[in-house]
Amino acid sequence: MTGPTNTPARPSAGRAAAKKELPEHFKAYKHVWVFVEQERGQVHPVSWELIGAGRKLADKLGVELAAVVLGPSGAATRGIVAESFCYGVDLAYLVADDILADYRNESYTKALTELVDTYKPEILLLGATTLGRDLAGAVATTLLTGLTADCTDLDVDADGSLAATRPTFGGSLLCTIYTLNYRPQMATVRPRVMPMPQRLENALGRVIEHPLAIVEDDIVTKVLGFLPDRDSAKSNLAFADVVVAGGLGLASPENFQLARQLALVLGAEYGCSRPLVQKGWVTSDRQIGQTGKTIRPKLYIAAGISGAIQHRVGVEGADLIVAINTDKNAQIFDFAHLGIVADAIRLLPALTEAFRRRLSPHSRDRIAS
Amino acid sequence: MHIVVCIKQVPDSAQIRVHPVTNTIMRQGVPTIINPYDLFALEEALRLRDEFGGEVTVLTMGPPSAEDSLRKAQTFGADRAVLLTDRYFAGADTLATTYALATAIRKIGATYGVPDIVFTGKQTIDGDTAQVGPGVAKRLGLVQLTYVARIVSLDPQTRRIEVERRAEGGVQVLLSKLPCLVTMLEATNEIRRGSLADALRAARSVIVKWNAQEAGVEDIAKCGLRGSPTIVKRVFAPSPRTGKAALIEIGDRQPAEAVIDEIFKRQPKLESDLVALARGF
Repeated sequence: MTGPTNTPARPSAGRAAAKKELPEHFKAYKHVWVFVEQERGQVHPVSWELIGAGRKLADKLGVELAAVVLGPSGAATRGIVAESFCYGVDLAYLVADDILADYRNESYTKALTELVDTYKPEILLLGATTLGRDLAGAVATTLLTGLTADCTDLDVDADGSLAATRPTFGGSLLCTIYTLNYRPQMATVRPRVMPMPQRLENALGRVIEHPLAIVEDDIVTKVLGFLPDRDSAKSNLAFADVVVAGGLGLASPENFQLARQLALVLGAEYGCSRPLVQKGWVTSDRQIGQTGKTIRPKLYIAAGISGAIQHRVGVEGADLIVAINTDKNAQIFDFAHLGIVADAIRLLPALTEAFRRRLSPHSRDRIAS
Repeated sequence: MHIVVCIKQVPDSAQIRVHPVTNTIMRQGVPTIINPYDLFALEEALRLRDEFGGEVTVLTMGPPSAEDSLRKAQTFGADRAVLLTDRYFAGADTLATTYALATAIRKIGATYGVPDIVFTGKQTIDGDTAQVGPGVAKRLGLVQLTYVARIVSLDPQTRRIEVERRAEGGVQVLLSKLPCLVTMLEATNEIRRGSLADALRAARSVIVKWNAQEAGVEDIAKCGLRGSPTIVKRVFAPSPRTGKAALIEIGDRQPAEAVIDEIFKRQPKLESDLVALARGF
């Protein structure tokens, strides 16, 4: 991995000038790995999304893509290995031991760092979930390597380095981060940021099993139980086909209800931008953006949202973004597909009423005739 | 019981402005606050101290002006404040930050008593990485309990701690042992109004200030920019989508009708999808 990068040196990028040669012992690090996150046999979908992203990186580098599956011994864990082949990995590293039945930082960190030390990947990707972040921080510190959190774009440079892009400065700008002289290059990505790859039937691959070098007595923390969330407590925001969200332009918690009413008529989920959560108008599980949910709906209506970068990165996967804002220079019009310069407080009730008329079965017949 | 709480002074991010032409951050006049997530950690630490006795030490790494945040933490009732400040710490990524903080916590342990619990917030609002808590735990060899929604019980005699930890799709109930590092979830408690006595004490208190050497740093190459495996190669504003938003021409239609017409013109299939969706509710 020698040769200059394509990126022109910038005087402002002082850290970039620090490019050195990759130490000899890191040159053996090859291939792209995705940590496949499962709890109680359920794989978190972010793992499949990461396999899709990892596939592109591996192909560009001309290396293999591997899944890392940790879990209890038995058919369920092996089923996850088989499933990861269907999403496109070439091989899977498997540590199957009943100690790994529940996620615990100590046992999972031990298993994952051992795999890395033994089989030496150049890139290791994890989901930015509560589990993935807990594990990634511990593993990166144990390995003394770089870790870039919550990436919104992953690419490899001309010299084969991972270019990990994420929002910075509280989500007001983007930055591209490199781990130049350490391996593996680690990154986490939030759920729904990367598209779900196509699933292929009956795909096969190699499985490399590795033993777990830790016994139960070595682990301090015990799992006493797991209390699943009540279904009513879960919002389906991240997976909704239609989302209506409100921002500071709505001016009051009462006016935020106007966005909720439109969502109700559309059978949509409702959400909001970050300032509304900070003001306490809306609960944090409804926040859309870098530090909230990333959405990929067919239709996204943003009412009174200015469109800061940290919001933008959470909605760019939408098929159609419709922005309502009084300020024609608002950033949201830079990335929305359709815009209307209007006061959302006045337009939302009219939209709700007009949609109600259009979508009711009777009026549809009338329109059709 | 001795509890260390790591806090960070951050810009009040809601007020960060980007220069429209140069795309640089306009830092002038941006007020700073204690990272809001850290206040949940501080309050939890104060509650444990009130219940079991002992002391709370707040620790931050930052420029000399970060003293303001430490003094603020003392007005809430923290007993002692340590500021880790040195130009060698500048430009640290999360790995270099955990090295400096872990070193300082060892020094705090040697000077004021080994901590039973180290608290951090779940993440900061400027970096948003959630990596520093786990990194400090790993470097100190502490059990890490992240995203803690509730400390169910704590027994200083048996050193047992039971917590509820936020996981994906539910809550994990964990039994562990002190010493440990806990990162507190948001909205788990509410920071107290400090007492008048605390405010007076904070105004008079002497903040302990350590540079790298005083904190016990043995290898300066592990600190700051030099100790950071990650480098920021480029900071930029995203380019507008090719062709900005098409502004809807209202013409002689009602504005709401015009919006709906344009939506269905762009995505013809959406109309039948919406009818199906709306019927489902």
